[in-house]
Amino acid sequence: MWDYSEKVKDHFFSPRNAKAVEQANATGDVGSISCGDALRLTLKVNPDNDTIEQAGFQTFGCGSAIASSSALTEMVIGKTLDQALALTNQDIADYLDGLPPEKMHCSVMGMEALHAAIADYRGEVFEDDHEEGDLICKCFAIDDVMIKKVVSQNKLSTLEDVIHYTKAGGACAACHEKIEWVLEECVADYDSNAVAEPAESPASIVERIHRIEAVLEEVRPQLQADGGDVKLSDVEDDMVFLSLTGACSGCGLSGATLAMIEQKLSEALGEPITVYPVGAAPASTPLQVVGGAS
Amino acid sequence: MNPAKCCSGAKTCEPAYLDNNATTQVDSKVVETMLPFLTEHYGNPSSIHKFGDPVGKAIEHARTQVQRLMGAEHPSEVIFTSCATEATSTAILSAVEAFPERKEIITSVVEHPATLQLCEQLQRKGYTIHWIAVDNKGRIDMDAYAAALSDRVAIVSLMWANNETGTIFPIRGMAEMARKHGILFHTDAVQVAGKVPIQVAGSGIDLLSLSGHKFHAPKGIGALYLRRGAKFRPLLRGGHQERGRRAGTENASGIVALGMAAELAIDAMQRDSARIAMMRDRLEHGLLARVPNSFVTGDPSQRVPNTSNIAFEYVEGESILLMLNQLNVAASSGSACTSGSLEPSHVMRAMDIPYTAAHGAIRFSLSRYTTDDMIDRVLAELPGIVERLRMISPYWDPEQNAPREEVFEPAFG
Repeated sequence: MWDYSEKVKDHFFSPRNAKAVEQANATGDVGSISCGDALRLTLKVNPDNDTIEQAGFQTFGCGSAIASSSALTEMVIGKTLDQALALTNQDIADYLDGLPPEKMHCSVMGMEALHAAIADYRGEVFEDDHEEGDLICKCFAIDDVMIKKVVSQNKLSTLEDVIHYTKAGGACAACHEKIEWVLEECVADYDSNAVAEPAESPASIVERIHRIEAVLEEVRPQLQADGGDVKLSDVEDDMVFLSLTGACSGCGLSGATLAMIEQKLSEALGEPITVYPVGAAPASTPLQVVGGAS
Repeated sequence: MNPAKCCSGAKTCEPAYLDNNATTQVDSKVVETMLPFLTEHYGNPSSIHKFGDPVGKAIEHARTQVQRLMGAEHPSEVIFTSCATEATSTAILSAVEAFPERKEIITSVVEHPATLQLCEQLQRKGYTIHWIAVDNKGRIDMDAYAAALSDRVAIVSLMWANNETGTIFPIRGMAEMARKHGILFHTDAVQVAGKVPIQVAGSGIDLLSLSGHKFHAPKGIGALYLRRGAKFRPLLRGGHQERGRRAGTENASGIVALGMAAELAIDAMQRDSARIAMMRDRLEHGLLARVPNSFVTGDPSQRVPNTSNIAFEYVEGESILLMLNQLNVAASSGSACTSGSLEPSHVMRAMDIPYTAAHGAIRFSLSRYTTDDMIDRVLAELPGIVERLRMISPYWDPEQNAPREEVFEPAFG
């Protein structure tokens, strides 16, 4: 049986606002009957100040779907539409003292019903970007659609890559076999697509440096956000020498950062690249090779 | 919807356990029989000294008890395993290894995951799997089955009765058909063992799996029937136990327990089957009469006596189960949300049950411990639960107390 919080049980056994609001001026119908969830949210919005005065829900779904719907109505009553739109599905889950990972989609459904209802009120078309596949990693609630997207965008090929890029499989490891199956499918896909691509001629050194700088530009904002930076020091054949500066130097995760950059450089240059860290300004220890694939 | 009070309107507060296809209460006679093998009789049956001797003898006695339940010709045709999943895996993988030139397997789309997922894995490895479909009552497509039989098939593996609906496949006839093609025939008999007589001797069945905890033995013990003369390769190697067909020191207490449970089941089938079927039918007819928009899934005319699976339209199974649980009533559901898989039961989908009903399918499975009082409790409580949930379902019109006339079609799906 699911480990539902007391709050979830309370909202399931005593749901709030479980009704259609009379004279509602906003309705949001969302859900997926194949997944066993469907929700109609009705709102009465005061047109003078765009405030939600009443909210009601009708839900077909499991315990957490009903509890999430009930929580949603409690959370939005009294809010302006803009305040309500700022709510996330995590807010719904937090309000309920958490949901099991497999049940997080119930909170997503609540949020989407709200967006649909507000779009309805404003006369807009509700665009849903909802995608849901088979749940692969239960620890981090990551499904196959997500893994496939990341794998094909980044041309990943190993389980380690997937863990590194998506976190899927990073905790209990029970899903590693399933991740490898997803990888097999993706690799088969891009193998069959790859045939048509013409072989590229080797890039000139200037072109190579341009591509390397472009990759560094791409990752720089992330590093800067953590108070660090990266600088290209030298390039020799398949070896790229980088210096990590600021908060990056000495950071326990710099190895992971370099591995990530190495992966991206290999993709950008279309050849296996090994990244070597170069010590920052004060000449210290000799260069150490970070376990890269050469 | 107020928090449900326990036992409103019912005579007692005893738990009503109606989930016997999941697992059963261990019979106290079984516990009594097995306990000495956890205390004084701790010897290894393979040992030569007097500690091992009574254990070895007890295991052989248990083998004859299970032989009788299976209706097998020889006690040596019984191999003890840790569970039915192991027995099924052993059967299928043995056939694959014993007949390496045969690259096809026949099974159905409604099997237990022990079979389904193993066959999917073999499919990944290059085997051709004939997934035989069922109709909307869960009856197997005999034409497709007949067409799939050939000398390229290593093994047929089909369940005798379905765990969700109780629907029985015509296993004897299908086994005969396989025999004519010289194909090994395995049946997963987990849901029939102890419920209906089996009698494998003289049938075309070569292999059969059963599980102790489905008929009042403890968990962790199962058995595989292997017809004498059938080609076999062990799954577990590294010991002479079970004549080298299943290595590993015997689960002596579990085996003794399984033997006793088998013996009790032979009597109980005679004595209790009709009573169990009557209670099941009273529950089923009562619910169908009290709850509008509900129907039985599977084939009621070909069904084990203890199982009823009823779909309640426009409500979701987990919600029903949570509310029943509040009232100390235990049942189960093929709903997506009780499994975490996000998809409704593959059995409901195979029978083409609409999603609005498949998610609300509830399985009641009885045993010889089920009482009329338990049935009364469900009949008293469940209609109200379904009604409360329908009142907040977007597919239901609370004013008419009937399905909504306009179609409810939510965005994305």
